[in-house]
Amino acid sequence: MRDCAAARSEPGEYWFTASGSEEAVQQYFSRKPEPDVTLESNIPEKDFNSAGKGSAEVKNLLKRLGVNSEILRRVAVAAYEAEINVAAHSLGGIMISHIHEHMIHVLFKDLGPGIADIEQAMVPGFSTADDLVREFGFGAGLGLPNIQKNSDALHIVSAEGCPTLLEFIIFFG
Amino acid sequence: MTLNDIVQLLEGEVLLPETDLEQEVPCAFASDLISDILMCTKEPTLLLTGLTNNQVIRLSDMIDLVAIVFVRGKRPLKDIVEMAAERRLPLICTKLTMYRSSGLLYNAGLRSCKI
Repeated sequence: MRDCAAARSEPGEYWFTASGSEEAVQQYFSRKPEPDVTLESNIPEKDFNSAGKGSAEVKNLLKRLGVNSEILRRVAVAAYEAEINVAAHSLGGIMISHIHEHMIHVLFKDLGPGIADIEQAMVPGFSTADDLVREFGFGAGLGLPNIQKNSDALHIVSAEGCPTLLEFIIFFG
Repeated sequence: MTLNDIVQLLEGEVLLPETDLEQEVPCAFASDLISDILMCTKEPTLLLTGLTNNQVIRLSDMIDLVAIVFVRGKRPLKDIVEMAAERRLPLICTKLTMYRSSGLLYNAGLRSCKI
C-alpha cells in the first residue's frame, strides 16, 4: 500500500499505542495469531442506510461471547466511527474483524482517495466532510480522535490518491 | 425522573404506543453531531437532537440510549420510527427548541451525562 503509484502526497503512517499496551500490541503484530472468528462486511460509498451494520454485528457477537459492557461500547464506537469514515470519505471499502479470546483487531481497507495529511486529520474538529455527510450529522471532525480515544492501538497508512488502511486493537481485560 | 415526567415537561408526543413511560431516565445529552453523541455517552442517556435520520437510531446499537427526544418540531419518517420500534427505543417529539428543552429538564433535576 505504501508503494501506491498514484500517490499525490508523501505516504503517511500514523501509530498510536495506549500507555501500558505497548508490549501486548507488539507481541500481537509479531506473532499474528489465528483469530477464533473473523467477520467481514462491505462498506459501500455514501450508503448511510447500511453504514453501521457491520459495527452492530460485531458488537452483538462480542456481547454473546460475554465481553463486558464498557469494552463493548469502546469497540462499537471505534468501529462505527471508522465504518462511517469509509462510507463518508472513500469510494467504499471493507471492514474485517478478527476476534480473539482476549482482544479484537479490526481492519478497514478502502479504495481511496486517501488522506493527504494524517496528522492534520487527527486534530479534533478538522473535517473534509461534504454537505450530504454533514446533513446526516457527521463531519464534526471527531471521527479519528474518537477511534483513538477508544482503542488500545491505532494504525493508519495512507497517501492522497491511494487507498487507506486503518486498523485498531482493543483488549478485553 | 421518568419518561412520563419528560413528556409532560416538554409537552411532548410519544411516537410509539407501547412505550413504558414509567422507566427512569438517569441523565441527558443534547447534540446534532453524531461524533459528539458517541464521545459523550458512556451510561444510559436520554438524547435530545434535531437529527431524524436512520443513523440516529443506529446509534442506539452502539451506545446505551434510554430514549430520543426530537426537538424543534422535527419528526422522523415512518421507516425511522419502525427502526426504533424494532429496538424498543422510545421516541418523543417536542416543538420546543433544544436549548429550552435542555433548560426545562435541567431545572427539573435531570443531570447532564458524565463525559
